[in-house]
Amino acid sequence: MLSFLFRRTALAVLVAVTVLTFAFVLTRLAGDLAIVIAGPEARAEDVEAIRRAYGLDRPVVIQFFDWAWRAATGDFGESFFFRERVSTLIWQRLPVTLTLGVVGIGIALVVAIPLGIIAALRENTWIDRAVGLVAMVGQALPSFWLALLLMLFFGLQLGWLPISGTGSWEHYVMPGIVLSFSAIPALMRLTRAGMIDAMSSDYIRTARAKGLSRSSIVLKHALRNAAMPVVSISAVQLGFMLGGSIVIETVFALHGIGFLAWESISKNDFPTVQAVVLLFAVIYIVLTLIADVANAVLDPRLRAS
Amino acid sequence: MSAARGTALLEVRNLRISFGSLAAVRGADLTIYRGETHCVVGESGCGKSVTALAVMGLLARNGVREADRLAFDGQDLLRLSESQLSRLRGDRMAMIFQEPMTSLNPAYTVGSQMAEVYRRHRGGTRAEALDRAEDLLGKCRVTSPRMRLGQYPHQLSGGLRQRVMIAMALMCDPELLVADEPTTALDVTVQAQILRLLMDLQRDLGLALMLITHDLGVVARMAHRVSVMYAGEVVESAPAEQLFGDPTHPYTRGLLACVPVPGKVRRDQPLGAIPGVVPRIGHRFEGCAFRDRCGQARPDCARTVAWQANGEHGYRCVLPPDWTGPASLAA
Repeated sequence: MLSFLFRRTALAVLVAVTVLTFAFVLTRLAGDLAIVIAGPEARAEDVEAIRRAYGLDRPVVIQFFDWAWRAATGDFGESFFFRERVSTLIWQRLPVTLTLGVVGIGIALVVAIPLGIIAALRENTWIDRAVGLVAMVGQALPSFWLALLLMLFFGLQLGWLPISGTGSWEHYVMPGIVLSFSAIPALMRLTRAGMIDAMSSDYIRTARAKGLSRSSIVLKHALRNAAMPVVSISAVQLGFMLGGSIVIETVFALHGIGFLAWESISKNDFPTVQAVVLLFAVIYIVLTLIADVANAVLDPRLRAS
Repeated sequence: MSAARGTALLEVRNLRISFGSLAAVRGADLTIYRGETHCVVGESGCGKSVTALAVMGLLARNGVREADRLAFDGQDLLRLSESQLSRLRGDRMAMIFQEPMTSLNPAYTVGSQMAEVYRRHRGGTRAEALDRAEDLLGKCRVTSPRMRLGQYPHQLSGGLRQRVMIAMALMCDPELLVADEPTTALDVTVQAQILRLLMDLQRDLGLALMLITHDLGVVARMAHRVSVMYAGEVVESAPAEQLFGDPTHPYTRGLLACVPVPGKVRRDQPLGAIPGVVPRIGHRFEGCAFRDRCGQARPDCARTVAWQANGEHGYRCVLPPDWTGPASLAA
């Protein structure tokens, strides 16, 4: 188990370094930063002054190592647009996005896993088909439209939930529901397929021959084996939710990282863009690592190989 | 053991099993006595495995089971609900399977899977259950049993996994052990060890052992009583020495002719073979299913054939017990 952890962590660090390099190179490819910062009406000597001020006159390799070193210590420089430390911007917004993502994946799992189990146990009955239909409709709904529907109904009609802002936990309920809809169909189908597979396996026949209770057969013996792909995809989905919640953050006026990413890209705010890209990459890497470790805990065969 | 050897433990009367249009078992009768090894033999697809599964109530969901009587120790299994039946399974009746490689759950340790069945039926602490598991693994000749309890199935060989399955089946001291071709998937040397183990356990624990096999050598070594199945029917049933000494049904005689007997069969003498294959039987089939492959077939074989019994030896054929002639058609 220890050597497994070590190998996976080393791999994760390697991936992080690669992404760091790409994040840097891609922003340099977009054009001369000094010109962009100085703006369209700047004179040549202004651009030159900015180039020196931001250290852009140094060789690219030096710039990269300088930036990488600072990034590694958590210093991403100052935002061109917000006139604030990038790290401050991120620390302000990260909790919003993390809360939203965790609420979203939480709701998705709580809905998708039981539905997937029920559909698998009632395979090819009307219940199975009904669950499949609901999942398909859920997948087909555009999230902004669903968000507006929920706001109209629960926010305005019934007045149960606030429709924008981040003041309390209630602010995260509707965005979380909308976000979860993107993950529910995939998670449900995976759970269903995994459970159908597991329930027809020889070890489930053994569990039945042992006279175990229905709940022990389904939840202890089958679900444990069906859970692995679900864990992996949950991690990917959570990554999507953390990085791709721009629409939902905008509709519900949640100022999270997704919103920040959109703003900084549209304003050519390179230090912020670089930091956000790196942050998303690190989030993905950490989530994948967590999923790998969780799978190794679930399946003893993975620990050995 | 509450009752002496020789009283009926499992009674099966007119068992019928079908999967859609396929009639897998068509009226099988079987009586298994306490403390005896009862072998059920036949070719692949003759219905012996589904009979075992049906007895345990473990048929796949598309399998339909009907019977005039299916009783375990006088208790009607047909009337039990799934949850009542699950109280018997693993406790008083246990089963081991043909596929030791996949029959254990890969996610749990040997100890946890063994302890679970004991605690389900007998209660007690995990420590008590693990002590019993260790004891039984030792009885099943597993080396360093304490260490095995902490291992996962993928760390064990096929033979060891089957020993674990056997030990697990014995956790609650069952009266009936159903073994469905327990050695088919194993190496020949391991097969012999597992069979020897089953034989010893059957004798020492006074088990009723229902052993499903296609291997007549195994039957000769282990069986007290034998039922021969063909195409979903029991065609002959007798105490082992009577079946081997005085086989009556043409199919049984044909099967025995396929087995080389050292000293009796010459080296250059061709072994017997039964031409053709087991027919696929639908619901409307009538008469003897073996008649197309039988050297003694007569017109009345196409009508329902009655069971002829002489004491404990019975068979389903129109021929008299002392008929002579070739058992099967020449190939």
